[in-house]
Amino acid sequence: MEQTKNIIELKHITKTYEDGYSAVSDFNLEVKQGEFITFLGPSGCGKTTTLRMIAGFDIPTEGEILLNGKPITSLPPNKRPINTVFQRYALFPHMNIYENIAFGLRQKKTPEKVIAKKVKKVLELVDLEGFENRKIDTLSGGQQQRVAIARAVVNEPQILLLDEPLGALDLKMRKEMQLELKEMHRELGITFIYVTHDQEEALTMSDKIVVMSEGKMQQIGTPEDIYNEPINAFVADFIGDSNIFNGIMTGKLKVRFCGGEFACVDDIEEGTHITAVVRPEDVTLTRPEEGRIRGTVTSVIFKGIHYEITVESGKNEIVAQSVHSARVGDRVGVQVEPDNIHVMIAEDHTNIFAAEINKNYELEYNGTVLPVDLTNVIKGSVMSEDGTLLDAKGLEIDPKKVRIKISIKPQDIELTDDQEEGLVQGCISNLIYKGDHYSYVIHTDLEQDFVVNDEYLWNMEDQVGLIMPVEKMIFTVKK
Amino acid sequence: MHRRTFSRKYLGIPYAAFLLLFVAAPLIVLIYYAFTNGQGEFTVQNMTGFFSDPNTLGTLCYSFGVALVTTAVCLLLAYPLAYILATSRLKGKSVIVLIFIMPMWINFSLRITALKEILTWIEGNLAYHPFLNTVLGMSYDFLPFMILPIYTAISKLDGALLEAARDLGAGEAQAFLRVTLPLSLPGIMSGVSMVFLPAMTNYVVLDMLYNSTYIMGSLIGSYFAAYNWNGGSMIALILLGIICLFTLLTGGTDDENRRGGALL
Amino acid sequence: MIRRICRWTVIILILLFLYLPILILAVYSFTDATNIGAIRGFSVHNYVTLFTTPELRDMIFGTVVLAVGSAVIATILGTMGAIGAFYSRKGMASAITTMNQVPVVNADVVTGFSICILLVVVLGISKDTYIPLVAGHVTLCAPFVFLAVIPKLKQMDQSIYEAALDLGAAPFTALIRIVIPQIFPGIISGFAMAVTLSLDDYFVATYTKPATFDTISTYVVNATKGAQTNIKTALWALSTVIFLLVVLFSLVMNIRANREN
Repeated sequence: MEQTKNIIELKHITKTYEDGYSAVSDFNLEVKQGEFITFLGPSGCGKTTTLRMIAGFDIPTEGEILLNGKPITSLPPNKRPINTVFQRYALFPHMNIYENIAFGLRQKKTPEKVIAKKVKKVLELVDLEGFENRKIDTLSGGQQQRVAIARAVVNEPQILLLDEPLGALDLKMRKEMQLELKEMHRELGITFIYVTHDQEEALTMSDKIVVMSEGKMQQIGTPEDIYNEPINAFVADFIGDSNIFNGIMTGKLKVRFCGGEFACVDDIEEGTHITAVVRPEDVTLTRPEEGRIRGTVTSVIFKGIHYEITVESGKNEIVAQSVHSARVGDRVGVQVEPDNIHVMIAEDHTNIFAAEINKNYELEYNGTVLPVDLTNVIKGSVMSEDGTLLDAKGLEIDPKKVRIKISIKPQDIELTDDQEEGLVQGCISNLIYKGDHYSYVIHTDLEQDFVVNDEYLWNMEDQVGLIMPVEKMIFTVKK
Repeated sequence: MHRRTFSRKYLGIPYAAFLLLFVAAPLIVLIYYAFTNGQGEFTVQNMTGFFSDPNTLGTLCYSFGVALVTTAVCLLLAYPLAYILATSRLKGKSVIVLIFIMPMWINFSLRITALKEILTWIEGNLAYHPFLNTVLGMSYDFLPFMILPIYTAISKLDGALLEAARDLGAGEAQAFLRVTLPLSLPGIMSGVSMVFLPAMTNYVVLDMLYNSTYIMGSLIGSYFAAYNWNGGSMIALILLGIICLFTLLTGGTDDENRRGGALL
Repeated sequence: MIRRICRWTVIILILLFLYLPILILAVYSFTDATNIGAIRGFSVHNYVTLFTTPELRDMIFGTVVLAVGSAVIATILGTMGAIGAFYSRKGMASAITTMNQVPVVNADVVTGFSICILLVVVLGISKDTYIPLVAGHVTLCAPFVFLAVIPKLKQMDQSIYEAALDLGAAPFTALIRIVIPQIFPGIISGFAMAVTLSLDDYFVATYTKPATFDTISTYVVNATKGAQTNIKTALWALSTVIFLLVVLFSLVMNIRANREN
């Protein structure tokens, strides 16, 4: 038997809705027979749309879907040897469990004897022996979940699609079902395509993970690959906890971020803007004089098997995991081993920095209040009559718990001699001529590096102010 | 002794008293009159009379006939319409639905007058087609009551169920027959009970369209006109029995769909 | 494509069935014609008759007063009943709910006839006192108010009433200030339903009304049997006016609902 046969192939799949919104664009994927593959991404990333196109509920606007090498792009769902476990199960409320499970078999005109046998067997598989005559609404969420799985697998599909099947279950149940599903996958030997927004679920269960964002595939790989070698800042941020910094290559295998220079193992040309990702468990806290950079401990949280320690160095925050505790206010050094720094070339040099919300619910950065309305920044929030900010659910927003990340493009920042005019001040630590403009790295007084494109020539070590127009800023809320 | 303070449940007392007086008491009186004669003596004559008189039995059959055909016509018109409306993705859908419901709020006697004038113009003499006219009039009057509950039932249907059916191999027709239709059954039942019962009793539609045949409601009217309370009570009681039976059979009705349920 | 044509055909045919008679009548109400089909000149004399004939004016006015009056009583009673039943013990609640259901499923003929027997025949209350008529209409409408309010009570967060008590409100104050505002939409829709039911009623009115009083329904039904053509055509005008009012009302409601979204 050929082990490496592609059971399903998606070629240049694009789904654009009538209003011009593209849910999925130019998506390519090959899935091998028997694989457990997971589409992972935040809500609205196009993972469910992709699944629906494989199931046949949606037809791609462009591209082709091949099943065992044959095109099935516009085949209706009932003609596909593919079955789905729906997000909220979609069990037929007017039928009992037996009839629900038998539905697919009846469509194929299976003899009643065979149906009875198959239903019995599949109920054993999902641990619901003897439930044949129960009504759907007498079942718990977990049991309904099992019936939904049974109803799909009883048809012996070539591919089983699971659309966030565990989303409606509580944590304990979810953990249990994760293991059971994995076990079932092994037992049945059919291809599973699983959709989730829960990274832990994806890492636990999958043979392969497809990380998606804004309708595009960001990365595909084994859970280990995805976790250890994230291809870009989005993947790194979405999978696991990570420290993500903007930086620049300062020499052969040398990278500068967070106000310090580190040795690294990625050989990237000097002067390239990069994104550096460091997992918290890879950050080592040392005595101040032994660290590459120094900082102050701002919070220590006990997490059971380790402490999560946040260190502030200038305006940068570094999260570390350590088995040793620390005290808030301690001065510490930070060290990272070269092979634990994941350096990737920044696709764009968008500057990202955090701003704070002050007591008056204004956005503040570097002691300057930004002229923006917070209710526009935080979706669905409103200013209450007594001057507190309420979120979409009407709960008060704690300014300390919410951080606003501001992104601004290098070409949208202007440099000025008059330092006071700038939102933040710094000195030019790097410059590259890019043909029609210069790309500068400005190391600010807050120990952050900003990338700025400017057509005028400035000198290294020049002290400048950075003018950043509010209307060019993009705000994202981080809890 | 503790002092009685206000409690929310005391608010139910006036309404309970009201219901006892105007709902329960009239029914008891009705039963009393149905089983007595003009002199107040107990008798089953009213009942045996009804079931042995070919005229009254004929009326019962005619009522059933009118109600059955009217219900069938309404269902045949309303189901496709409700299905089309509920499954369409039109933007102004709520307005279109509203247009179909609006006739409920126009006085029925005026609407029947309008229909009568049109039918007179088309047919010349209404007396030639009494049954047809009656069914037309009743369907015209009651159609919105059939559309609304079916529309509600189909709208409530979870789209994922249809997708699940398709996913499990059902074609469009199979998915409709095995999922949409059974799940819209409560709506159909509501609609049927809201059309069938009035169609047995609303004799004004017949009167206005010059159909001189009696239905069950007309019997009450004629006993009333003759001051025969005992006979009228028996007819009312028999109607009540039919209504009870019917309600049991159709499993009752979603309250929200009753009559002016579309309002607001 | 074929499917789309079929859909629109069904929609349009049923729309025509429902509206063509009313619309044709509306057109003819603006002519001198006494029969549909006859072609006559434009005239508003039907509208003049409608608003100047005392008999017609009284009838319309009486219908509206009866509808609003009995709807107000029905709304008060039905709302109280709903709150009372909702917070009562199960036995009491189901007794009220069951009795409430009787006029809802019952044929109006039976409701009207049984109330007439009790009040007029047994208790000897004269129809001229309007008591049987008002009682009949309240009986017809109140159960629908009850049914409109109950779901709102169920939807309401039950702890807000307790929160009000906890903050020191007396039970009655808590009811008026906290519970009533929460269920107000239900009360309003119950009231509106009560008004329409009363306006549309024929059977209860015909068995309980004083001989000299007419609602639109009883008047129209009698008028179709009579031969007075000027009255008959004035009713065409009435039908048109009511139709326009309903359209206007629906429009306003729809615009308001859209704005809220």
